Amino acid sequence: MTKDLIVPAAEGLYCPQGKFHIDPWRPAALAVITHGHSDHARWGSGAYLCHEDCAPILRRRLGDVRIETLRYGESRQIGEVRLSLHPAGHVIGSAQVRIERRDEVWVASGDYKLEADGISAPFEPVRCDAFITESTFGLPIYRWRPQAEVMGDINSWWAENARAGRASVMQAYGLGKAQRLLRHLDAKIGPIVCHGAIEPLNQIHRDLGIALPPTLNVGALDKAGLSRCFALAPPHAVQSGWIRRFGNHSEAFASGWMRLRGNRRRRGVDQGFALSDHADWPGLLQAIAATGAARIFVTHGSGEALSRYLRERGYDARPMATEYGDEALEGEAEPNIEADTDGA
Amino acid sequence: MKTFATLYRRIDAATSTQHKRQALIDYLRLAVGDPEQYASAAWTVYFLAGGKPRQMISTKLLRQLVLEATDLPEWLLDECYHSVGDLAETMALLLPPPTRVEDAPLDVWMNERLLPLRERDDAARLAALRDWLDAMPSDDRLPFFKLVTGELRIGVSKLQMTQAIAQATELDAKLVAQRMMGYTQANRAPQAQDFVALVAPAEAGEDGRPLRGQPYPFFLAHPLQAPLSAFPELLGPVDDWLVEWKFDGIRAQFIHRAGEWWLWSRGEELVSDSFPELAALVDFLPDDIVLDGELIVIAPRSDARSAMDDLSDLRPFSELQQRLGRKVLTPKMLRDRPVALIAYDLLEKDGYDLREKPQRERRALLEDVVSRAHSSAMQVGADLPLRLSPALTQPDWESFARQREEARARGAEGMMLKAMGAPYGVGRQKSGANLWWKWKLDPMSVDAVLIYAARGHGRRSGVYSDYTFAVWSGPPEQTDRTLLPFAKAYSGLSDEEMRKVDATIRRTTIENFGPVRSVRPTMVFELGFEGIGSSNRHKSGIAVRFPRMLRWRQDKPVEDADTIEALRALLPGGGA
Repeated sequence: MTKDLIVPAAEGLYCPQGKFHIDPWRPAALAVITHGHSDHARWGSGAYLCHEDCAPILRRRLGDVRIETLRYGESRQIGEVRLSLHPAGHVIGSAQVRIERRDEVWVASGDYKLEADGISAPFEPVRCDAFITESTFGLPIYRWRPQAEVMGDINSWWAENARAGRASVMQAYGLGKAQRLLRHLDAKIGPIVCHGAIEPLNQIHRDLGIALPPTLNVGALDKAGLSRCFALAPPHAVQSGWIRRFGNHSEAFASGWMRLRGNRRRRGVDQGFALSDHADWPGLLQAIAATGAARIFVTHGSGEALSRYLRERGYDARPMATEYGDEALEGEAEPNIEADTDGA
Repeated sequence: MKTFATLYRRIDAATSTQHKRQALIDYLRLAVGDPEQYASAAWTVYFLAGGKPRQMISTKLLRQLVLEATDLPEWLLDECYHSVGDLAETMALLLPPPTRVEDAPLDVWMNERLLPLRERDDAARLAALRDWLDAMPSDDRLPFFKLVTGELRIGVSKLQMTQAIAQATELDAKLVAQRMMGYTQANRAPQAQDFVALVAPAEAGEDGRPLRGQPYPFFLAHPLQAPLSAFPELLGPVDDWLVEWKFDGIRAQFIHRAGEWWLWSRGEELVSDSFPELAALVDFLPDDIVLDGELIVIAPRSDARSAMDDLSDLRPFSELQQRLGRKVLTPKMLRDRPVALIAYDLLEKDGYDLREKPQRERRALLEDVVSRAHSSAMQVGADLPLRLSPALTQPDWESFARQREEARARGAEGMMLKAMGAPYGVGRQKSGANLWWKWKLDPMSVDAVLIYAARGHGRRSGVYSDYTFAVWSGPPEQTDRTLLPFAKAYSGLSDEEMRKVDATIRRTTIENFGPVRSVRPTMVFELGFEGIGSSNRHKSGIAVRFPRMLRWRQDKPVEDADTIEALRALLPGGGA
């Protein structure tokens, strides 16, 4: 019997045959990074390996660290295994990690979604024997509407606010969600303001050749401009003085968690738009089936439920504990935590 | 359904009462101007003001429908429900999108589709629902399931609905309140003409006087929380006030008109059938009279007649609760738990609306009416289930405060303070000198241990916010003592505290039972409650009323929580 190519270890997911970690939450010698959200790309490892579009985000986040990059599909021999990265469609530069040794192929998905968002390279299923999948939204209550419809709603909300003379303040995670919104906003409606914590990430996207509409600092607008602007801010900024500069405004939040009424109510926003960079339930099932894998490991979110469902359908499936395996930290309490990191 | 669903969503998304009211007013203005909408508006007002029709479809059937439509295993539906915290929403989220769209107004939904389902069998119900849902836009399904499961919970009160109608129609709010009386009764199917009757311009001579069995809107009291030292300034001299015990029963209006009688609860449900013994009042009270008072269980008696202001035989609220919710009243129940009406206001006499008369005059008339009724009952040797709420007298507020300490011993929760010069108002009036004050005793309290937690609903869905509390079966030196559950509570904590408690619950979970977790006893709370009685529902043998968390005693180890003895000592009669 062959040995598992990816096992849970104290530092994170570990490949013993290649002696590297995937998205380790504690310092490791070599960290393979699936994407730039801070809960996946952490400080302190000796060297980092990621997709080339992820590198500028890592640099901004971690400073002067040793980073090597790969393109999608390009492979590299590390120890006994061959490693390659494949599009995960989560945020820019996000990748699934494929590991091959002799006839055995394992894939760690990182975070992913199936719908093309117009920014990140669209998800590509990778055939494998064992698939480690995320399950942030691993319950059948999570089913996304097409991006075009949700963005249509967001633009209508903005247009209606602009007509009524009030600003539209949108809370969204700074990396990924913010740029996805920008990319699909109808800039004809009015000026677009970005909070200072988001703007550097916009710049990284622009430098990578992603076309985004012009964005302004809040100070650049007069009262008339503010009254019809669309303003993007990370969730924590909304409690700050920043929000007061808009005067009369409507608040919204864009996240997969907004599919549930309780989360919308708790947020206290006027509108919740269920727009997520994670796979929904049908997406998870589709992605899992497309790998052809018989062995499925389910990380964060509703690991237990998805595993059980898969087992009942003939898969060899089980939850894989990660640092966030604790339900209290992530599975449910997450919408309350100001993690501008996980791109939900 | 679309119009109702749109209004539902707008109200649901509103983050302030102002926005909520505006949504109602906008809707009502359109409805009033469009006769085609009257029939559906009649239902919309009914539901938003809190009306709940008798069950049309069982939850079990709805679950079956969802399982069939989604092909999900039942455990996964439960898992989803526990995560969402609301069955209607869970079902709305799970159902596949519609394959076609076809809509009907709310009145057609209710009158022609849903209410007739009660007469059908389960197979026919399932088939009909399946067909309708397949033609219903996903967004409309949540309000639909909310209606069907009878749990609208959208945060609109009857008072808000009344005010919105008044504002949209420019009618006097008191008149609208009068017209709204009884509108939301469970067995009612409101029709277009009912809506017209609500919003029609006031007719000449229409003074808001109710017809036949219709009650007046109840005047509601505000809690008085000021310190005693502030009373003289806030209230003035004691002589300006009618002071009475605040009884722990059910607020009720007794109506006697044209030889018939009706009894209405404060929730505006007609409850005459539940209290048949009050029929005796008709023989001794004059016609065209309306009394406001408190229903309360009294000790059964076979011997002497009770005096008009006797309060020695009042039983705790828990005994009244056993009378409520009984479909069939057995003779034994009527014999063991008889009720009396303790009258404290007179709203109508000889067909005249007395509500604008000052309290002093109404009180004098009330005393006259009740004492006459008692003397005529005495002449024929009848025991009349009618009492007069005694007017308490003391020289100053300090003396009243001392007297108030006796409230519990008398089966009361505190005192009521009513301005002698004030008219009988409508609902819970916001401000002014003419309020009714309820001056309640501080709640009884014990330090209890949290042992079970369940996830909340609505705004708290997904958060462990509903707790079961226990006290020790014996003192610390008793080594085999256990924790006895006696109360559930979910209010009293700040959001911040609840988040911490939620995290602790997850950390200290012993076992999951569906949505409920048992936890290692680590947290002590000061639990307040208004009343206490014996019960066989809880292991502790005790049930408390209105339990809530007063304080999280993070300073207190679980060993120091109270014992069952401390709780029993609070029982009426000291648990003897």
